[in-house]
Amino acid sequence: MNIYESLCDIIGGDYVSRQAEDLYIYSRDSGTQPPRHVDYVVMPKTVEEVRHILMLANRERIPVTPLGGGFTLSALVVPHKGGIVMDMKRMDRIIEINELSRYALIEAGVSQAALRAYLKKHHPRLQHSTPEAPPTVTIVGNALIQGHGHLTPRYGLHSDMINGMEVVLPTGEICKLGSSALSPSWYARGPIPDLPGLFIGWFGTTGVVTKLSMKLYPRPHYREVLVFSSDDIDAIPEVIFETTQLDLLEDFFLIMQEKPDWMNHIFYVVILSAHFEEELAMKMRAFTNLCNKTGNGNTIKVVKDLHPALRTRFLDVPPKAAVAADFRKGGGFQYSAAILPFDKVPAIWRKGIEIAHKHDMIASYVHQVLTCHSIMFSFNYSFNRADNNDIEAARQAIDESNRFTLDIGGMIWKGEADAQKLVMEKMDPGTANLIRKIKKTMDPNGIMNPGNWEVS
Amino acid sequence: MKYDDILHRCFRCGYCKLTDDYEDFNCPPYRKYRFESFSPGGRMWLIRAWQQGDIQITERFQKILYSCTMCANCVEHCIFPFSDDLANIFIAAREAVTEEGIIPPTVRDYLKSIHAYGNPYKEPAELRGAWADGSPVPVYDGHEYLLYIGCVGSYDERGQLIARAVANILCKIDVTFGILGEEEICDGNEVRALGETWLFDRLARKNIERFKARNIKKIITLDPHAYNTFAGDYKNLGADIEVHHYTQILADRMDSLIPSLKECTATVTYHDPCYLGRHNGLYEEPRSILAALPGITLVDMASNRRNALCCGGGGGNFFSDVLGGGRESPAKIRIDQALDTGARIIAVACPQCAKMLEDAIKAEDREDRLEVADIAEIIERCLG
Repeated sequence: MNIYESLCDIIGGDYVSRQAEDLYIYSRDSGTQPPRHVDYVVMPKTVEEVRHILMLANRERIPVTPLGGGFTLSALVVPHKGGIVMDMKRMDRIIEINELSRYALIEAGVSQAALRAYLKKHHPRLQHSTPEAPPTVTIVGNALIQGHGHLTPRYGLHSDMINGMEVVLPTGEICKLGSSALSPSWYARGPIPDLPGLFIGWFGTTGVVTKLSMKLYPRPHYREVLVFSSDDIDAIPEVIFETTQLDLLEDFFLIMQEKPDWMNHIFYVVILSAHFEEELAMKMRAFTNLCNKTGNGNTIKVVKDLHPALRTRFLDVPPKAAVAADFRKGGGFQYSAAILPFDKVPAIWRKGIEIAHKHDMIASYVHQVLTCHSIMFSFNYSFNRADNNDIEAARQAIDESNRFTLDIGGMIWKGEADAQKLVMEKMDPGTANLIRKIKKTMDPNGIMNPGNWEVS
Repeated sequence: MKYDDILHRCFRCGYCKLTDDYEDFNCPPYRKYRFESFSPGGRMWLIRAWQQGDIQITERFQKILYSCTMCANCVEHCIFPFSDDLANIFIAAREAVTEEGIIPPTVRDYLKSIHAYGNPYKEPAELRGAWADGSPVPVYDGHEYLLYIGCVGSYDERGQLIARAVANILCKIDVTFGILGEEEICDGNEVRALGETWLFDRLARKNIERFKARNIKKIITLDPHAYNTFAGDYKNLGADIEVHHYTQILADRMDSLIPSLKECTATVTYHDPCYLGRHNGLYEEPRSILAALPGITLVDMASNRRNALCCGGGGGNFFSDVLGGGRESPAKIRIDQALDTGARIIAVACPQCAKMLEDAIKAEDREDRLEVADIAEIIERCLG
């Protein structure tokens, strides 16, 4: 049997493709990266099928790229060295919602949309943290790339919300990590060695996660948005500090857009939630009062008469942020995401505007505060997919943004291959060597999404 | 091709695949095949790739293009300003493929039959009005309305039953109408959806001429597909007609029917036909009829109105079957959704939906649990 026939033998011919049309779609994403070659696309339904595919790939030394929603925009799940794209979306079971211990046990293909709708219908008192991404992206994919969502300022990154996982190693072993290694319950990640860390942030280079237990949180009855505006870039760290110091918010992000003119300010968007009306009123008061205290009342001011469309956009979970892809009527969008300490924000804010102007773009920002310790600073670049010069300009802008991020001591989130290269060049040699050793140990034949986190 | 200035604007974010509340994937081919290439976004990108010469017209490309049921779920749920054009873009791509002369065999056969016989069943025109034999339904002769039956109601056995039921009820409520019988010709909705613009144009102009020649100003259609093309495309071609689906007429005149109705106890769910619902916004008229029937308890499926899952028969698939059957076919999923409501009857207002769903019930061996009935047939039962 050849490779194609073997794959068909494992999961059935309906869910294996080597046809040009499918390879075309899986060989690119909606960001700026050029297309790359794919040999096969497979859509397994069970962990056993995943195991057999990996054993076949390992034996034949064929690269395997696991894919969730495929919406990193930095082509993390477009293979660098061909081989098999393993689209996980048929593994779409919500296996268990444990209401008492507040977790969801799901398969790797469950989308944000599916879990959200399921909870709304069957467990309306609970919610999961939802990223500012289209609802089709997967829970597992987003958690594994250390994504963040509307509950992150309060509870942490989505990778911090992982209780445990089932993984298939490149060599075919199936492991359960977290409390599920000891009991049928998936309620906690420790206290045992933190093995999920071997699969978080590795971009699929260490194995395939097939199940994940994700923490759920109380869903308050009331939500409201409060927006502050300011033009004082240097005051941003102080405002973020004071706002998070209140320790009462659900979500917190900063936005700015040079056009239209009324958007060309720093907007601090604070989402408040509460179980009781009085609680919400108290929180609204507390944050309104913050305006009067911060910088003697001159730094930020409350935006009154917030446009209903903006209110909807801010309160929507998930928001329809994808519309940014049509800013240049071109269907393309990518962002360079910097994870930063608050004090670096003013410098990078100014630099981002400079980079956008250099490439004849309008500067546009959405930055999410991650707990009360750091911020995800997003340099947004919309581009026209039908215009190669526009794509190249966006690519260059992203590269310049990435370099500046590293120069000022930030980190790049889910960077494309070139960004990863910059990170590895700057990384402490001991750390880089540890990454190499771990990869070699877990994936001796280097079949898992090769081209990512490569140590020269 | 038309719309080639839009193709590149699709971001492939995937809203187009979902329902309003994101509960489920609602694009029939994507739901069945699950490869991203079968999603509306995948189709957009592949059409562009074909236009740019990056892929060719292969069997797979045809399958991706023609398995689309034109259900317009993507039109309803895409978040971009060009959402209204999505179904038309897919039709334009089919037009462009047709111009290349490389179309799926079943599509070719369908179009050949329409061209040669005026219907997809290869039946003579003389039999077009045979469904009305033995009934008091007159041939159109200056009546207030023309009752336009369409190919499925005219020739398909199941469709004929529905045609008779609708005609009987229209008679019962004293609507003055006639049919064209053997003079009726295909409305062309599926021909247009399959991208055969030339043939569609010919059919449409011929129909419009006939309507004019007989001074037909008001038309009642049995089939939402005919309603769709008459109310939209024909008017754009200059037809001076007022078009109604039969459920609109009945919904308006239920008061005159109610005294004759006896209680008919049943729990019923209603399946929205795409060409009545999403394409033309007619969601409430059929429901208001059902809700007015004594003894009928109407329950909606979780996916209803603009979120209803297509039966899989639209966009020419009723005849071409490019989408195909199998456990993941939309008709079978729709049957499961209907069963989830506890209903014993799934009411339809389209002969194509009736056939698709009935076939799925048979294939799944659920005949003891669920029955498909057209709204007109349910009314007939209440008439005793």
